[in-house]
This record gives sequence, structure tokens and C-alpha cells, in this order.
Amino acid sequence: MAALEEEFTLPGVPLGSGPDGLLGVEQSDKADQFLVTDSGRTVVLYKVSDQKPLGSWSVQQGQTITCPAVCNFQTGEYILVHDNKVLRIWNNEDVSLDKVFKATLAAEVFRIHSVHGTEPLVLFKRGAVRGVEALLAEPQQEVEAVISDEEAIKWTKIFMVFKHPILLFITEKHGAYSAYVHVLSSGASSKYTLALGREDRSVLQSFAASVDRKRISLITFSSDGCIYETLLPTHPSDPGKDQVAVRSLVIKGIVSEKAQSGVALSILDRDHLAVLGTPLSGGKDCLSVWNIKFQTLQASKEFPQGTSGQLWYYGEHLFMLHGRFLTVIPYKCEASSLAGALGKLKHSVEPGIPAMSHFVNWETSQDCGLESQKPEPPKRTLRTKNVAVSSQPAVSASRQLLLTIKNGTEKHIEVELRKFLAAKQSPDFHTAVGDIAAGLLGRCQAEPSFYPRGCLTQLVQTHVLSHSLCPGLMDLAVEKADVQLLQLCLQHFPDIPERTTCACLQLFLSIGDDRLQETDVSTESVFHCGDAGQEEPMEMQKEILENGVQAAGDQCSDCDRGLQGRPLGSNEEASSSPVTPKRAALLNSVLHSAYSEACLLPHLKDIPAQHVTLFLRYLYFLYLKCSENAALTLPGTHPPSLNQIMDWTCLLLDANFTVVVMVPEAKQLLTSLYKFVKAQISVYSELNKIQVSFQELQKLNQEKTRTELYSIEVLELF
Amino acid sequence: MGEFRVHRVRFFNYVPSGIRCVAYNNHSNRLAVSRTDGTVEIYNLSANYFQEKFFPGHESRSTEALCWAKGQRLFSGGLNGEIVEYDLQALTIKYSVDAFGGPIWSLAASPSGSQLLIGCEDGSVKLFQITSDKIQFERNFDRQKSRILSLSWHPSGTHIAAGSIDYISVFDVKSGSATHKMIVDRRYMGVSKRKCVIWGVAFLSDGTVISVDSAGKVQFWDSATGTLVKSHLLANADVQSIAVSDQEDSFVVGTAEGTVFHFQLVSVASNSTEKQWVRTKPFQHHTHDVRAVAHSPTALISGGTDTHLVIRPLMEKVEVKNYDAALRKITFPHRRLVSCSKKKQLLLFQFAHHLELWRLGATAATGKNGDVLPLSKNADHLLELKTKGPENIICSSVSPCGNWMAYSTASRFFLYRLSYEHDSISLQRVPKTPAFLRSALQILFSEDSTWLFVASSQGPLHIMQLSAGCFQHLHTFQPPSGTVEAMCLLAVSPDGHWLASSGTSAGVHVYSLKQLKPHCTVPAYNFPVTALAIAPSTNNLVIAHSDQQVFEYSIPEKQYTEWSRTVQKQGFHYLWLQRDTPITHISFHAKRPMHILLHDTYMFCIIDKALPLPNDKSLLYNPPSLTSESGVVRRRTPHAFKISKKYKPLLFVELLDERTLVAVERPLDAIIAQLPPPIKKKKFGT
Repeated sequence: MAALEEEFTLPGVPLGSGPDGLLGVEQSDKADQFLVTDSGRTVVLYKVSDQKPLGSWSVQQGQTITCPAVCNFQTGEYILVHDNKVLRIWNNEDVSLDKVFKATLAAEVFRIHSVHGTEPLVLFKRGAVRGVEALLAEPQQEVEAVISDEEAIKWTKIFMVFKHPILLFITEKHGAYSAYVHVLSSGASSKYTLALGREDRSVLQSFAASVDRKRISLITFSSDGCIYETLLPTHPSDPGKDQVAVRSLVIKGIVSEKAQSGVALSILDRDHLAVLGTPLSGGKDCLSVWNIKFQTLQASKEFPQGTSGQLWYYGEHLFMLHGRFLTVIPYKCEASSLAGALGKLKHSVEPGIPAMSHFVNWETSQDCGLESQKPEPPKRTLRTKNVAVSSQPAVSASRQLLLTIKNGTEKHIEVELRKFLAAKQSPDFHTAVGDIAAGLLGRCQAEPSFYPRGCLTQLVQTHVLSHSLCPGLMDLAVEKADVQLLQLCLQHFPDIPERTTCACLQLFLSIGDDRLQETDVSTESVFHCGDAGQEEPMEMQKEILENGVQAAGDQCSDCDRGLQGRPLGSNEEASSSPVTPKRAALLNSVLHSAYSEACLLPHLKDIPAQHVTLFLRYLYFLYLKCSENAALTLPGTHPPSLNQIMDWTCLLLDANFTVVVMVPEAKQLLTSLYKFVKAQISVYSELNKIQVSFQELQKLNQEKTRTELYSIEVLELF
Repeated sequence: MGEFRVHRVRFFNYVPSGIRCVAYNNHSNRLAVSRTDGTVEIYNLSANYFQEKFFPGHESRSTEALCWAKGQRLFSGGLNGEIVEYDLQALTIKYSVDAFGGPIWSLAASPSGSQLLIGCEDGSVKLFQITSDKIQFERNFDRQKSRILSLSWHPSGTHIAAGSIDYISVFDVKSGSATHKMIVDRRYMGVSKRKCVIWGVAFLSDGTVISVDSAGKVQFWDSATGTLVKSHLLANADVQSIAVSDQEDSFVVGTAEGTVFHFQLVSVASNSTEKQWVRTKPFQHHTHDVRAVAHSPTALISGGTDTHLVIRPLMEKVEVKNYDAALRKITFPHRRLVSCSKKKQLLLFQFAHHLELWRLGATAATGKNGDVLPLSKNADHLLELKTKGPENIICSSVSPCGNWMAYSTASRFFLYRLSYEHDSISLQRVPKTPAFLRSALQILFSEDSTWLFVASSQGPLHIMQLSAGCFQHLHTFQPPSGTVEAMCLLAVSPDGHWLASSGTSAGVHVYSLKQLKPHCTVPAYNFPVTALAIAPSTNNLVIAHSDQQVFEYSIPEKQYTEWSRTVQKQGFHYLWLQRDTPITHISFHAKRPMHILLHDTYMFCIIDKALPLPNDKSLLYNPPSLTSESGVVRRRTPHAFKISKKYKPLLFVELLDERTLVAVERPLDAIIAQLPPPIKKKKFGT
């Protein structure tokens, strides 16, 4: 779990006096020490663990620092550029920047990059790159222009890949963005045009990038409020050629694009992204850490005094300007397990149904595009295009559908949805389905009369929906008493909260039989007591007697007899289901659902007494049925298991014991249940005794087969 | 091959002694193992882990410490206070020196190998100089309060660490004074325990001292400052042993719970130079205390009270995935403890301090494969003969006719004459054994029981003639001049013309008994011989080597036989070569010279030389299920190797007559039942 720890402020000089906040925060050659360059005239060296500045340098009045100071890791000296062209190199002992080494360059510098393992690299505004050593040898050397005159570098970053530096910079020209990847060791440079969405003229506001061995992942925040990822190869297949890099949506709508101070991104690790900006709902600036794999918010923090919209991340610290001072937020990310949070899982999975479909497969949904590129890295860019082409229509189709949902008729939506679902599943199918469901729900909430049952059923049947993807769906279905949809949800959702499960249960118990009759509920999990009653009444009776139960139970209500359409003798009362098959099917789906006891108990208390009694009676009936055969299972496809029945009985009694004891009709039921359980216990204790005897017998048998100390045997060798 | 009647014998109540120390020698890739009864065994790790030498134990000489010095010299120290050096050529004890410090608990040879350090009961640490033929006391270090249980040299040889009770001392070798005393926390899980015994220390070249103690801790100390750097709580019981690899990048510790833990020096983060010791792998191959561990470059070796020697290869160090990469568990000695009189159907069992003579039972019934026949007469325990004195028995033998029995300890040789009257047996020692017959490494009677062959340590082979009640010395074959090599294996031809002997390293010598002179030497082979036998009528010598090769050498023609050449040309079946226990006995039946019976611990095999050899595609081990199938299947896969794995672990198999076998089994359960109870560990759910 990622967590932002308590922040602290680095005291000292007030910063951010210039118009652009800070120029930069850079690592120095000592761990824990950072060079902070103000956009005015000051450079401060901070020791973070001590929370104090170690040194501060300023340029003369009238000069402006134009490029953040960096540390040359090979020599330990600091380098900065002021007034675009003047290079200054100094070290800790120097007091004034006026008297230190100075070199005036021929061209304007954009940034100096310095990373461990290589000399600092100077990126000129026209896109040329030079090593500092070579530059200092001949400061006035000619610097070529790599990018055209109208292009301007927006952002840049350096990476070390296999010990070789790779420089990435983004340029903008009339709203078109290009990425240049420059491999220093080979001098190869390649240009990628960043493809933006078709319809909008969005502006890229901020950038972040990370690298693994083969590709650079460029994260961009676009003015449409979404964050996109673009993958660029570190070693292009054909350098020199212009290529188009397609972006994919990472996360959307988490910060407002209209933030005053802009939005800053920082990649914390493979899955975590820090975003600084104003939330959509407005308000103060807020730093949030997102898990981009699961699209969940991990941590967030508000900054009431405003920020400069800049964010730096080194090691385990996030740096930002909060008010007038530099604030450091230690950041920790620990591994967490999803399974730990899930509680009790479903007990039995029918062998025919593939179990995987219950869970959203994040690996495939997220990495699908990447995975497909892996086998043939050289053709990567091309592949991206293909993927983009195939996924683009899906995205737009879902968008189209969302538009339809907003104002179309129920029929129309259903037709469109069917079309959408019939199309080939795209990598972001999960999210698209989630969006559609959310869209439908939104409209349902807005228009009480609107209830597209068919659409919702179709969506649930895709097996990709889960409760957390559309939190309001089941509540809505409960509200509309749509038992059919609820049954589907209970069957397909792995993550239903106990509160909702209980609401379903209550609905299933309370809904009128006449209404149930109309619905089309799948009753495959129901044991057809009608058949059993016909075939084996004698046997059943005998077994019950054997188990020590007086079969003359008169506890069963006879409300269902009419529905059963068969007269039943008093001896068989216990064997006739107290609920209709359809209701039984619904209750079975509740029995099958996953839950954790502690969360379920308080909600079970809310069920009225007569419903509790009915459910208990049904459970008792199932229990009796289970006990009829040696395997302790119910017949039929996918029936509730004995454990589920027992667990629910115990839970129900635990939650409602005082109530149930007071209800007269339940008392009888409790008594017979108690008698039956007691009889079962005595049977099982006898069985335990027999088991011991059998074990002894088996042991004796084994000893017999074990040979004595001496024997003469016949052996045939062949 | 046909049906055999098998006497399945399980009454040989043999229990190996627990392992006390192990010492690994990097130069020769050999492992010395000492057992609680004082026996010292040498395993050749290059020769398929064959136990090539052993020194018999002695009741008063319990070994507490074992170490190699000056390359190939082996020293031990024990509770009798003596330092013992072993003669690895003659297989005798070279000398013993009293250290005058009470029982010796620890030994350590200096990195150069020229000095020997011992830790004594009285708290003294004594330094001995190793001279070319002896050791010489040099000086004492500062005396400590209590016994010195463990010692370790710094690889530079300037300092030593000594583990005592409750503390570890660091000595400067030059001055002999203690520079640091590091007190170990006595508390164990917050409870104050009485004493904390430092069972082992290891001094690393960077100055770190690793200690293992009775509180279950592995601790890292800085010897320069005398401070505790790091502590690992490993077990609820004692950690009893430690061994560090030569590269000092990994070490192994053994606990009283039977677990062996591997520690490795690993980088804190990838591509970072900072490294730390991390407990990487636990191994649970033992049920009882792991008293000793060793670290070879490719394997972790451990042994303890449960008598197994376990060699666990480190998979990351094994370059080729051959059979050496498999776990080895050595439980039984690689020599014969049982001899048999075919005529009288007697079995002689050799224990450490006594012999047992049994007569096999009989049956009148017949049956088919797998039947257990009803006994008409049960096996009789005829005799139990206890040795005099504290020495263990080295070897023993009963003559084929059953009238003679001989055994030897390290200093005495005994020959007995047995006489039978109905069911009773009487035993009479043959007096006046000549002085040169002091100790024997191997005793063998000729087929007609008129000759006795004794291989004595130092190398000479004595030949005696036996006649009613007395015996006389006939001849002695002296080893080739200038060599001292003990002969461990003997074989005589059934017609009494030839005698073959094999030593620990050099080849097999064949002597003519008619002319009483050496006949020839079998071409040398790289791997030690594990068993020898001469076939009847053809006088072919069959030799099994520790790499599982079997050769047949014709003595009269002085060359390998045609069959042996064919076998070598085609090669043995890969499964045959992958067996991990050596063949310890080869035997023939007089009427069937074409059939060779041989066995190791897990199978016995009759090789029918008339049948074709199996190739790698054919089934070497015929599955037992074939018996139930039709003969068609059986005929399709006939090959020379008729193997049965029905009886195991096997200590002895012999052909009593054409259709009768005796197989002596020693089930592991029976051994475990006789061991002391292990430390009880709470298991989940009990």
C-alpha cells in the first residue's frame, strides 16, 4: 500500500519569488543533499534529513538563472547557466558565484542534465546536445540546430539505459508535439510525432517519463483532463525517420485541467503515479498517488497554501513548493495483497464454468498492447499503430454508446449495446463495460422511470462486471425488486458487500409469490423435491428414523402446498420445501455468495422475524436433505454445499436468536432443529468410535503384511 | 532366470553410530567423518562418494574434533585428552600425543597447515607445531575459565577465535594473549538460561567472527571492536555446528532440531556493492541433532545423531546436471559386515564389539513368485561372541565349511574352531597365533576351508594352512618394495589357485597360490575397487569400481575378457551408472560360472553373460507388474541384467545353492527405532 508520510518544510530562504516557481530540484553527489534552484537568482543546497540548508549561492543583480543547477557526479562540482548562455561551475567552498569559473557559450542552453555514471550533458534550445567536457574545451564552438525554428522544447529528461545516457525531449510547434529520443553513445536520434486525439485540439500540459530496458514510457497530462501513456523505444529500428507514437489512456478525470498553477506528474514506480493539481471537484491543490494498474487512489494530501504546480521525486522523497517554502513528503510503497481484503471466497466452483472470468484480468487488460509487442521489439512502433487502430473504434464505439445512453430510448440502447458486445473484445473492454454500466446507472438515477433491465442483464452476463465497477447497480436492482438481475449479480460478482447481500436476501424473502411467478429465475440450483418425494419417500423416512429424528414434525408451514400441487402426508412435511422453487433458487444464490461473517452479522439483524423464520425453515429443509445421503450433498447442478448451509444457519441464529426464541411459530422449528442436530451429534460420536476401531483394524492388517524378522520367500527373476 | 527361494533375514540388528565430526579436505576432495564410537571414515567425493578407508573405533577414544592439516594429514582429538594422527596409507594410527589439558573439545589447523591448535577442558588453548612426522608442543595461550569448545583461525593466521561457555575470546597468535572477550547473551527468548555454550565459531578474513550457540543463535561479531554486529535467532534448540566456504560467501549451520540452514552473502540491492549475510535455505534432511557440517565448494555436508551423512549439492554451483547434482544420503558402510557359510547355512554378523552367528531356517513347502513359505524350522541364534578389550572389530569371517571363524581388532587377531554336536555348538580359540598376525583388514577362507588369507595393515598378505585344530604359516606376500598400502579386499578362486587383492588406491594384484608368487597386476583404473570375486572354472576376476563400472579380467590369460570388452564398448545402461551406492559384494555359484551375482544397498542383480546387454532404450529394471502379464512381453525384453529391488536396504546377498538366495535386510525404521528420541517439535494441528 502506498502511503504519503507526514510532510516537513525545508526552512531558510523563501523561494518561488520568480514567476515560474522553482527552476528545479536536483540531486547532489551526496545522498540526502539536494540542489534547489529558484527561478530568481538563488541556488540552495539542502540536507533533507537535517531539514536545513547547507549553502546558498546567488548570481549578481540583473542576472537571471535560466537553467537549474546540477551536480557533476564525476567531479562533485555544481553547474548552472544564467542569462541563457553563461555557464558557471563552482563547488562547496566557493562563496560567491561571481568569482567562479565562467564560460560563455555560443548558443542558448535549455537544460543541463546530470546523472550518475556519465558527464553532465548540455541540451541547447535548438536541440543539440553536448557533453560538458567537450563544451568547456571550446566554449564558442558552433552548435547546430536539430529542431526547426518554430519548434520549442517543452520538457526534457535523461535516462541511463545499459549505462548509456539517453536523452528525451518534447517539442511543440503550433500545437503539434514531437518527442526526440537521442542516444548519446551512438549519436542516433529519432523523432516521434505524438498523436493526439482526433477530435480535440488538446494541449499537453505536463510530462513525466520512466524507462525500462527497451522502452520509454512517457506519461502526459492533456488539457482534456486525462493522463495518457505513450511508449517510445529506446533504440529505434530506423532512426532518422519520422514516426508516429500513439498514446493510450491511463487514467481520466482525476484533476481539473483548469488548475491555476498547472498539473505536475511524477512516476513513482511501475504502477504508481503522483499527480499534483486541483481535483475535479475544485478546491485546494492536492497531491494524490494513483495506482495506475488498478486505477485506484492510494493516498492524497491537500495543500491549502497553494503550490507552484511542480513536483520532483528522488529516492523516497517528493519535493514541491508549498506556499513559499520547499516541502518534502516522504513516500513509501509497500506490497499489499488483494486477496487479503476479499474475505471468504465462493466455496464451490462448478467445473464447467471457467473460474477466471469472475475477476478482471488486469494483466491482459492493461498490458495487452505491450505484450503483443514483446516478441518482435524492432517492429514495435508499427505494432502500436495496429493496436491503436483496433482499439480506437472500440473506444469511440463505447463513447458513442455512452452518448446514446444519455438520451436514447431503452430499445435503441439495447440494440446499440448488443452491437457493441457482439464486436470483438478490445483490450479495454473491461473499462468500457464499466463505463457503460455507470452511464446506465447514472441515467436511471436521474430518470426514475428509466430502467433498462435487458441492457443491465446483458452487461452482467459479460462476466467482466463486478460490484466495484458499478457500485449502484445492485442497489438499484433491489430498489426495483428485479430479482432476476440480482440473481445474476450474485452469481457473477465476486465482490458484493455484505450489506447488499443482506438487502438481496431480505428482498428474496419478502417478495410476493405472485411477483416471483412472473419472473424468469434460473432454478437449476434447486433440488426438485417433487421428484424426490415421488421416488423415495419410504427410504427417506427410514433414514430419518435411523438418524434418531421423530419424523412426526408438524413444524412445516403448509403455505406452499398449493404451489407444490401435491398433497403431502404429515410424515413428509419436513421433506417438502417451505419455499417455491423460484424463491429457493434465489436463496441458493445468496447461500453461494461470498461474505465475511463479521461484516454480515450486523446486517442480518435487520431482517424481520417472520423472514428469518422462513429462511431458517428453508435452511433446515436443505440440511435434512443433505443428511439423507452419505456424501452429504444435495442433488442437482451447483447446489449449496453443507458447509454453506451450516454457516448460514449458525449466522442467522447468532444474529437473531433472541428474536427467534420469542416468535411462537419459530419455536417449534428451533426445537426440531435442535433435536435433529443433537441426534446427528450422537450419531457422529458413535461414528467416531467406529472410525477408531477401523483404524486399529487397518493397522493390524498392515502389520500382517509386514514381514517378520525371518521368512523364506519365493522370488522370480526375469 | 527362474525362481529362487530367498531367505529374507531382518534379524541383523545393526545400528550405525551417530556422526560426531566431519572435516572436508579441499586438496584431495575427501571427507573425513568421525562417529561416536571413535570410528573415522574417509570418503572420496570424487569417486562417487565412496567410503574408501576407515579406522576402527576404540571405546576410550571418542573423537570430539577432527581436522586436516598440511594437505593430507588427518588429526583428531577426543575425550581421552590425546591428539591422534592417522596413517592414511597403512590405515593405522600413526601416534597419539597427550595434550595434558584434559579432554580435547576442538582442533584447528592454521591456514598454512603447519600449526595445530587445540582447545581443552581446562580452558587452555595449546599450539602445536606440525613437523614432518609428528607434532610438537609449542606454547599455551592465555588460559580461559572454562572449556574451549570451538576454535577458528583468521585466514591470515594472526588471530584466532575461541568459543567457550558464555563468551568468545579473540587471541593474538603472536603474543598468545586474549585481545577481546565477547560475552554472549545467555537469555533465550527472554528467559535466562543457565549457560550458553558456543558450539562453533568461524573467523572470516574481514575480521567478522560468526558464532553459533546453545541458545539457538547465529551471531556476527566484529573482532576488532569486540561488539555484536548482528544476531539471528534460528531455532528453539542448540545450533551445534558451522562451516564456512572457502570463498567466504556462504556458510552452513546445523541445529539440534535436525535442520541445516544455509547463509549467503548477498548484495543488499542488485548492482550494489554492499552485501549482507542472509539466511537463504533451510534443509531438513535429519531427524536428530546435526552435530557436524562441512562446506565443500559445491555441496553442503551434514551429519549427526541420526547416523546419516547427507550431501546436499548447491544447485547454483553445479555446472552439469549429472547425477552428482542429486542429494546423497549415506547410511550404511561401504564394506561387508556379514559373512556366510554356504555348507552349514550360517550367517556371521559383525557388530562393533561382538559377533553373532545364526543358522538359517528351512522349509519344505514350495510356492510361486511372491509367496511366503511356511517355515519348518526357524532361524537359530547359535552364538554371540563378545570381544575382549575396548577396540572395535575391524573384520570377521566364517569359513565356507562353517568350522572356522576369525575376527580381528586393531591389535589382536582371533581364530576359533567351531564344533557342532546336534543342536549345540562349542567354540575353541586356536592358540598361538603368530606375532605378525596382529591386526587384519580383511580375512578370507578358501572355498575348501583349508587356507586362511589375512590382509594385515601395512600391506603384507599372510597365507595360513588350516588343519584339524591348528594352523601354520605358509607364506607372506610382501607388498612391492617401498610401498605401504593396505589391502582391503581379497578374493580367492574356488579351485584355490589364485588370490586377488586390492588396496585403497592402486590396482588389483593377482597372486598364484600354486607357485606362491605374484602373477600379474590388473591395469590400473581411476576409481577405487568396491568388490572383487573370481569366477569358478573360468577363473575370471570380476571387479566392481565405485563409478559403477564392472570389469571381467581373465587371470590365466592376463587380459580383459571378451565379454568385458563388449560391455565397455557398448557401455552400461544409464540407470545402472546412476545408482548411488557401490557394489559391496560379488558372488558366483560353482555350477554357473556365467552368472554373476552382485548387490548394492538398494538392489541385487544377477548378470547372465549369455544374454544380450541392455541398451539405453530398454528397461533396465523390469517392473514387477510384468509377472502378471503374458510371457510374450517378457520374452521381448530379455537382457543380461536380472535386477530385483524387492529387498532393501540390503547389507548382504549370497547364493547358498543354485536356487537359494540369502538376503540380509536392515530396514531403516528399525534403526530409527533404536535411536534416542529426537527433539519434539510442535507441528501444526497436533
